[in-house]
Amino acid sequence: MKIKNIIITFVSAIALLLSTSVVSFAKVVGDKIVLGAAVSLTGKYSSNGVHTQNGYNMAVDRINSMGGIKVGGKTYKFEIIYYDDESNPKRAAQLAERLISQDGVEFMLGPYSSGLTKAMAPVTEKYGVPMVEANGASRSLFTKGYKYLFAVLAPANLYLDVAIRTAVELNGGKGVKIAQAFEQDAFSQDVRLGILDAAKDTGSEIIIDDKLPKELNDMAATLVKVKQMKPDVLVVSGHTKGALTAIRQISEMKVDVPMLAMTHCDAAKLSKQHGKNSQYALCASQWHKTLTYKDKWFKDGMTYDADFTKMFGYAPPYQAAESSAALLVFKDAFERANSFDQKKVRDALAATDMQTFYGNIKFAPGGQNVSKPMVLFQVMCDSAGKCENKVVAPLKWASAELIHPIPKWSER
Amino acid sequence: MDFMVFQYPMITVQACLDGILLGILFALIAYGMALQWGVMNIINIAQGDLVILGGYIAYFMYLYGIHPAWGVIVSPIIMYFVGVGIYKLVINKVVDRDLFISILATFGISILFMQLMNFAFGADVVLANSGYGTTFLFDNNVVLPNSKIFSAFVSIIFAICLVIYMKKSKLGRAIRATAQNARAAKILGVDTEKVYAATFGINAALCGVAGALISITFTIHPYMGLPYTIRSFMIVIVAGLGNLPGVALSGMGLGVFEEFADYILGTEFRIGSVFLLLVLILVYRRFKLSRKREYLK
Repeated sequence: MKIKNIIITFVSAIALLLSTSVVSFAKVVGDKIVLGAAVSLTGKYSSNGVHTQNGYNMAVDRINSMGGIKVGGKTYKFEIIYYDDESNPKRAAQLAERLISQDGVEFMLGPYSSGLTKAMAPVTEKYGVPMVEANGASRSLFTKGYKYLFAVLAPANLYLDVAIRTAVELNGGKGVKIAQAFEQDAFSQDVRLGILDAAKDTGSEIIIDDKLPKELNDMAATLVKVKQMKPDVLVVSGHTKGALTAIRQISEMKVDVPMLAMTHCDAAKLSKQHGKNSQYALCASQWHKTLTYKDKWFKDGMTYDADFTKMFGYAPPYQAAESSAALLVFKDAFERANSFDQKKVRDALAATDMQTFYGNIKFAPGGQNVSKPMVLFQVMCDSAGKCENKVVAPLKWASAELIHPIPKWSER
Repeated sequence: MDFMVFQYPMITVQACLDGILLGILFALIAYGMALQWGVMNIINIAQGDLVILGGYIAYFMYLYGIHPAWGVIVSPIIMYFVGVGIYKLVINKVVDRDLFISILATFGISILFMQLMNFAFGADVVLANSGYGTTFLFDNNVVLPNSKIFSAFVSIIFAICLVIYMKKSKLGRAIRATAQNARAAKILGVDTEKVYAATFGINAALCGVAGALISITFTIHPYMGLPYTIRSFMIVIVAGLGNLPGVALSGMGLGVFEEFADYILGTEFRIGSVFLLLVLILVYRRFKLSRKREYLK
């Protein structure tokens, strides 16, 4: 009996050793550059996780078919190892560990959401693995002094900054009264900090400052207060459920407010789910297909939109566009570094200064992209009830004029 | 802390009315829970997930162009069979075991349902639009979405129908007999197995109605079930089993409590305050019980 136990232990120890050493294959195999990514394919972020994955795949396809990446006179192709992080931060951190120490990945792409990126960043940092992420906008990601984290998107505190500044401008430069309701998660709270900064800058006053719970599906109390206090701007950020609940209850309770600014309208398919009731809502977006940025691989936003729709059967939300952009950044950095040394690639990433169809990309020392502004679009409906998102700010890309103030419900 | 709700009388009225309408809906879910708790001695943790599943049925009807209000009829019919199915697969194996086993089993069902709904319907938040408009009261100072009024009205109708059914029909009497004493009912010729299945089915059907109403008034999401389970658990704890007026009253009480907590403490503490209240009530009941003279059985 005892001998049997010893043999079993011995055999399993050898098996364990083999499994860790044999499976690991390096970052560059033959003519392939292997990138690692943990994205949410199941769990609460699964829809946006899939957008992220589709965005990555589309870019891999495109870069590989257009000649790949040239490093040291040799041509390489991208390949991505995916794992499902189940929308769970703990799992994401484990998978980062696994990708690096077991699969031998030396370059990483980011997961979906700030929370998961936050969980993975310490791991990639520890191993000195450069990570280009496209879906973690929380400001706290960029204040920790991470050296190997780069984000192609604008940080969360800038999401609705434009809205407040526009409202002040329309008010003749005088401060406005702001009512705000934010979910209590890392991302939304960062959006809130951005609003506080903008309010301070412009001399605006915050008269309602509500926090929304995770299981939010009723914000009637906030809206009753809005009715009573009559602010100039109502700001709501609580992911898709926040956007959907706000529009439902604003239209049912006939809340009149001159400006309504939100996040996540895109993902909430606001105009599809609410039709005309969502009209005039202002939405912050990282990207819109009508922006005129250009690059060699995807040409421009409109072409990207058409190609993506052809490939995946639905129009790309900005989450997909920014994910595609992450790979363009990697390709550019590899070619400039002309090496697969992690340190050199990291330095090349830090020196990135390029234009993609998604926007200009240039990283601040913290790793966030500082050269791409947020855009605001407004939901506009025609008399037949067909609604469209039209860019209204910044003025450079505006395809329609901002409708302000929002007409009262009694006059619609 | 914000006491605005008391400073403006109209906001107080608004909060009370919102709370009562909401509470009636909660009471319907709680009634289903009380029913099967009383009959089978099972605390169904998956109650809220059945509600959400019912909501998805109404939502899919809405997607295919049928008015979601019809979900109130269709959803309970489908959910009845879902309920009977769950009973046949799982619950009948735990019905005579102790409470802990059944809680574990239904907890498992709850997780399974959440993940399955996420897998089948996606993680997006969805809703069905009824287009019912709004009622204005007191010089436009109080606004009530008609969808909320509609859901309270439908809940009341279903509750009344169920009470009559329990009193008059053969199955209803069999259910009540089983609740009083399962063994005696069995001896007198009641097929308790059938009664249990029907009870679980009726509970699921009530959840189906509530879910359809929630898809019209609020939003539906695979992971939103638990708050509804907690609320109905709490209502039943306060009202006791087999006390229908009590369930209705404590449902409305909870609704109003939630609304006021929302105004005073802030929306973020809305669900938290319900949990807190639950703890307080359990402690209070324990305290009351401990003051009774105990005796050896």
